[in-house]
Amino acid sequence: MSEELRDGLVAEVQAGEVRAIAEAMAIVDDLRRDGFLRRQRLAAELATGTPSHHSIIGLTGPPGAGKSTLAGALIRAWVDAGSGVGMVAVDPTSQRSGGALLGDRARLRFGPKEPVFMRSLATRHRLGGLAPATHELASVLRAAYPRTLVETVGVGQSEVAVEHVCDSVVLVIQPGSGDALQFMKAGILEIPDLFVVHKADLGAPATRTRNDLESILALGPGPGADPDWKTPVLSVSAQTGDGLGDLVEALDEHRRYLIDSGQGERRRSRSRIARVLDSFQSTYGSHGLELLGGRDAAIARAREIDGTDLDVFAELAALSGLASGGR
Amino acid sequence: MADRPWIMRTYSGHSTARESNALYREGLARGQTGLSIAFDLPTQCGYDSDHPLARGEVGKVGVPIDSIEDMELLLEGIPLDEMNTSMTINAPAAWLLALYVAVAERQGVDRASLRGTTQNDVVKEYLSRGTWIFPPEASLRLTTDIIEFTVQEIPKWNPINICSYHLQEAGATPVQEVAYTLSTAIAVLDAIDVPDDVLPRVVGRIAFFCNSGIRFIEEMCKMRVFGRLWDRITRERYGVDDPKLRRFRYGVQVNSLGLTAEQPENNIPRIVLESLGVLLSRDARARALQLPAWNEALGLPQPWDQQWSLRIQQILAHETDLLEYPDLFEGSVVIEEKVRELEQAAWAEIERIEGAGGAIAAVRQGSMKRAMVESNRARLRAIEDGQQVVVGVNRYEAGESSPLVAHGTVVTPTQAAEQEQVDSLQSRRQQRDAAAVDGALAELREALQSGANVMSPSIRCAHAGVTTGEWTDALRECLGEYRPPTGLDVSQGGGPTGPTAEQLRRRVDEVSHDLGRRLKLLVGKPGLDGHSNGAELLALAARDAGLEVVYAGIRQTPQELIAAAIQEGVHLVGLSVLSGSHMTLVPTVVDGLDVPVVVGGIIPEADAADLRQHGVAAVYTPRDHDLSRIVGEMIEIAAKGRARV
Ligand code: B12
Ligand SMILES: Nc1nc2c(ncn2[C@@H]2O[C@H](COP(=O)(O)OP(=O)(O)O)[C@@H](O)[C@H]2O)c(=O)[nH]1
Ligand SMILES: [Mg+2]
Repeated sequence: MSEELRDGLVAEVQAGEVRAIAEAMAIVDDLRRDGFLRRQRLAAELATGTPSHHSIIGLTGPPGAGKSTLAGALIRAWVDAGSGVGMVAVDPTSQRSGGALLGDRARLRFGPKEPVFMRSLATRHRLGGLAPATHELASVLRAAYPRTLVETVGVGQSEVAVEHVCDSVVLVIQPGSGDALQFMKAGILEIPDLFVVHKADLGAPATRTRNDLESILALGPGPGADPDWKTPVLSVSAQTGDGLGDLVEALDEHRRYLIDSGQGERRRSRSRIARVLDSFQSTYGSHGLELLGGRDAAIARAREIDGTDLDVFAELAALSGLASGGR
Repeated sequence: MADRPWIMRTYSGHSTARESNALYREGLARGQTGLSIAFDLPTQCGYDSDHPLARGEVGKVGVPIDSIEDMELLLEGIPLDEMNTSMTINAPAAWLLALYVAVAERQGVDRASLRGTTQNDVVKEYLSRGTWIFPPEASLRLTTDIIEFTVQEIPKWNPINICSYHLQEAGATPVQEVAYTLSTAIAVLDAIDVPDDVLPRVVGRIAFFCNSGIRFIEEMCKMRVFGRLWDRITRERYGVDDPKLRRFRYGVQVNSLGLTAEQPENNIPRIVLESLGVLLSRDARARALQLPAWNEALGLPQPWDQQWSLRIQQILAHETDLLEYPDLFEGSVVIEEKVRELEQAAWAEIERIEGAGGAIAAVRQGSMKRAMVESNRARLRAIEDGQQVVVGVNRYEAGESSPLVAHGTVVTPTQAAEQEQVDSLQSRRQQRDAAAVDGALAELREALQSGANVMSPSIRCAHAGVTTGEWTDALRECLGEYRPPTGLDVSQGGGPTGPTAEQLRRRVDEVSHDLGRRLKLLVGKPGLDGHSNGAELLALAARDAGLEVVYAGIRQTPQELIAAAIQEGVHLVGLSVLSGSHMTLVPTVVDGLDVPVVVGGIIPEADAADLRQHGVAAVYTPRDHDLSRIVGEMIEIAAKGRARV
């Protein structure tokens, strides 16, 4: 396999050329070991060329909460306002067959000429509810579009994974589901940057759920990652469009906050390291980590390097004396 | 006293209004006692014949009606005050009824004397039939507008035919059929806004369109259940005292899903037996019947094929002693027990739907659709593993070849007919009074916005020469558009087990490993075709074999499918086309992609050869009923890639 990147590929991705984006995705979403260098170069070039304000927004929450419908409405709003949007939708892989039905596309309707690029992914047996290459694929889209949505099925663990992929995390819950309580129990209420109580058109149950959520939040989730950001709770209906403008507004505000406070870059760096360690460990096991002098030492080392995911990963692998693919 | 024979219909229409008119007149001369109009898909989906989405579909599976001139041609020389006309039209039902009324007025026939039926049941469009346009709530409003209008103005009209037929064709069990159909009826009647003393009359105008499958004893019981539950609902829920107004009035088309491409002559006995299911019992006898033809699974029937089916009806009605007896099953313990069993299960399901917000909410949630896909999958699996015998398909396959098939008897409307229709439409647009058109459309919009009944302004639009596309666009603008859930939107559990399944999965693992990521397939439905069964079942079978499958539902443009294939990074595209427009749509998709494309559906052999020539990797038809084999071949096609196919 060629380790070369096609000339002009990165520029075409950045210009939002659909076939180029697909080509870049095929490079990053490839488990074969050869091609590692090419992946690394692509990731590095995309990372350096991507404007810092381009953001990845996670939509998470239980199945049926209306995430895909809401994503469709958000994308419509952004596209109508003149901005291109990328989307990665993650659906569960069937345990028995290893196959998956990816149906989220059915909820999005965009003309072939509109600047929207959607990729569906299956979890492929990954714990944490995210597909292995979610971040890499979202990063390709982030290079092309100001906003990239990542939709995941939220069942506890995946929120943590989503946090390490996205700049802003929106938790979508639906009325009458008792979801809020479960999220509190799972100890993940600190993760979202925004809460959406969806299907507000259902009326009273939606209001009740919102009140429940607010009172749970008032108990205080403890100091979250961003002490200066007050997590808003929004009532939205993708069906009627009510509250959608507020959500768009709140997402913009969060983006401004991340940039102005410097939290955005700090967060990206933290997430990068978390992802790298995660993937290092899943490749080389705890033995690999020990070779680096343990987890803390590895984190410290990774912080020093902190380039693209793959830079850090390759370097850690080299440091620990473990071969990395393709070299 | 002997019962009167039922109305005998033949569902037909194709190419142009003029040709269909000739077809109807021949049918009436042969002794058919009612008209049953099949519209083409652009008309059913509210597009003019020259709309980009209509390309390749004009006049294919029915007659194109662009404006009043087409309707006049279609009905020329047919006395509307004597005719009983059934129109299979749903989302734009108000428009086609308006055209019918307008033509009657031009013929000098009084509205009040018109008799017939508008299908006008959009819930089953979302669940099975696929010619939806507007959101469910808006559709319901149009439905009730038609009902409220006809009850006052065309009292002998059946404003709605609530359908169980299409549910069975999409795999529904008898219990699902009864429950979903009656839940739809409840949603409609709950939405009706008439004075209390008019309501019973409205209830009396509600008619049904049902199905009858090969298990004809159970089907007969099902029809009795319909009757009983309808009686109960209309009495308890709507307070209708007059038993005559509570009667379950229904027409039937017998089951077509079970008619086979293999040994197609066997379909004739199937059709006869299925007819018995809705004729045998006088208390639950159909009022109108239309039968599919022996070559149903091969393509559109020719007049002789349809005549044969009409003869079946005539023999049943006039040669046999069927009509001479009172109900044969009165007092049968066996029948009563079966009826009660179905009745209880259906009632429980109706209550469950009601508890979850009713039929409209269930459409939006996709719950009914999902359950039907499950049933269909179970049905197909029972055929595959031989539990359900289908003669000529999974039992007694060998035999003499059929001399009938050698005649190759299906209709293939020509592309020239499409051009003729487009030309005629465009010249009509030139000639009409533009100010009258604008005025009529403005009135229509006003009614839409104010919530007034759309029928009167629609009739004015009809007279003014407004086109089907213009009328529907006005509604799209005011009411919005909607795509229902596919039924595959939540992952469905439990694939098949056994050696074949395991072997497929191992092969998918191998190929995926070589490709660097899991094998990914896009299943696409290009054009206006709503036949989703094949695509759904194939998507599930591929998923069960371990593929990642993207399916975004019916009615995609070739451009949308090309974009989806590229964005999703699939290794293979599978298109499904049953409406006859494959030659226009498939090559466009093939040309836009560099991954292999396979096609399935009603594809005549000559077309299949052309498609292969055009780069299609494989073509599948109803004869290829073994889904595992198809999936196995698709895996190898994907492994090879386009260049080497
Ligand atoms: C069921 C059915 C319906 C149902 C569809 C329900 C649904 N949601 O799917 C209902 C009742 C709604 C319906 C309606 C209509 N129907 Co219809 N219908 C049929 C019927 C009886 C069976 C089709 C079917 O589901 N078979 C079972 C599935 C599993 O088989 P299949 O789709 O053929 O798939 C197999 C292969 O073809 C192949 N395959 C199919 N797709 C794919 C895709 C891929 C990727 C691969 C690899 C393989 C593959 O593999 C499958 C495995 O065996 C056929 C006749 C027949 N017996 O074939 C007529 C038929 C297809 N219908 C027909 C018509 C005309 C209509 C209408 C347009 C009538 C009208 N004028 O209104 C309407 C409108 C529908 C619309 N919106 O487009 C015609 C089409 C004529 C033509 N092509 O020239 C047919 C052939 C009947 C006839 N002889 O006239 N219909
Ligand atoms: N009442 C209501 N229902 C909605 C809304 N948005 C989505 N739904 C319904 O919720 C169900 C799940 O939607 P989907 O977007 O697939 O949810 P996801 O699983 O979270 O992606 C579907 O039946 C939608 O029709 C909304 O705003 N209001
Ligand atoms: Mg979703």
